[in-house]
Amino acid sequence: MAARKKESWPADIFRALQQADVRQVVYVPDAGHKWLIDRCERDNKIRAVPLTSEVEGAAVLAGAWLGGERGVLLMQSSGVGNCINMMSIIQECRFPLLTLVTMRGDWGEFNPWQIPMGQAVEPVLEAAGVIVHRVDEAARIGETVAAATYMAFDAMQSVAVVIGQRVVGFKQWGK
Amino acid sequence: MAARKAKPAHITLQRRAVVKRILKHRGDALVVSGIGNASQDCAAAGDDPNNFYLFGIMGGAAMVGLGMALAQPKRRVVVITGDGELLAGIGSLATIGVQAPKNLAIVVIDNQAYGATGMQDTHTGHGVDLAAIALGSGFANAATVYTAPELEAAMDPILEDRGPFLAVVKVHAKAVRRVKVPNDGPYMRSRFRRALLGDAADD
Repeated sequence: MAARKKESWPADIFRALQQADVRQVVYVPDAGHKWLIDRCERDNKIRAVPLTSEVEGAAVLAGAWLGGERGVLLMQSSGVGNCINMMSIIQECRFPLLTLVTMRGDWGEFNPWQIPMGQAVEPVLEAAGVIVHRVDEAARIGETVAAATYMAFDAMQSVAVVIGQRVVGFKQWGK
Repeated sequence: MAARKAKPAHITLQRRAVVKRILKHRGDALVVSGIGNASQDCAAAGDDPNNFYLFGIMGGAAMVGLGMALAQPKRRVVVITGDGELLAGIGSLATIGVQAPKNLAIVVIDNQAYGATGMQDTHTGHGVDLAAIALGSGFANAATVYTAPELEAAMDPILEDRGPFLAVVKVHAKAVRRVKVPNDGPYMRSRFRRALLGDAADD
């Protein structure tokens, strides 16, 4: 990460997840979520579940919710495309879904291979029936995730919080 | 050049009978069934509020089972699915191996074919060994079942022993009579959660 200031937004997300009593945090490792993933792995109440692919995420969360637990899927923008068919269970059964997407292929991207999926994230999620909250200011991430937990778990909606690359910080070659 | 093919010569087990046998003494086990014939098999064995039938998300059944098993560590969770369905989510075996839920069993009703699309071969018909993949992924145990006595020997591992366990049950590929299965998602999820969680289903 180049010139990435120490931010408190990952801790703000963690607090919002705690307040919503989220118990299963399923993820594919991602630099943008590194702090949050480490924090969840250390937490006694939270089960952190690394996946081989984001494709597994919605199905695990559906099972968790059927079993009485709330969960969240953490992923990078490139994982969104892997998930779409699995979102069928969320839509058809009207399960809650909360996913937090850190962007690549966005503000200041250096890798052209990240652009196609990055730019498709929001229309693809919306086409799959997911409500998208885009946030580009670090200070607003915590409240946005908190709001998304209400919409997901109380109003039974599928909600994605898309965290812009402007916040996450952009990579440079060799850094 | 044709791919390696390893079809056992005399498969006699019939899928409906196999699933009926497995669920006969299920107790309060929670059952997730995969898209295709597996959901039919489970409903034919007797509809139950503790059953959750999938009709989509090919490759997702084992992962629904994982989330459920982690949420309900005191309940047995049995995923019953087809070989094609599991192959579509083969990475999920590695994910389960890492979590190692003791209460999760996966039963693959393996007819070595895609039954819904015209009986094309799946990879298991060409030698891919799902039990070996499960063991290699860190499952506590796994077995491939060809006969009725082997099925009996797999009953405790499926329903009681420390998991995660994966059973591959080789069944013949003859067509079976279709049955009616509830496929309305909101009805099934409300029925399932109400039966499992009681009033907490409203939380």
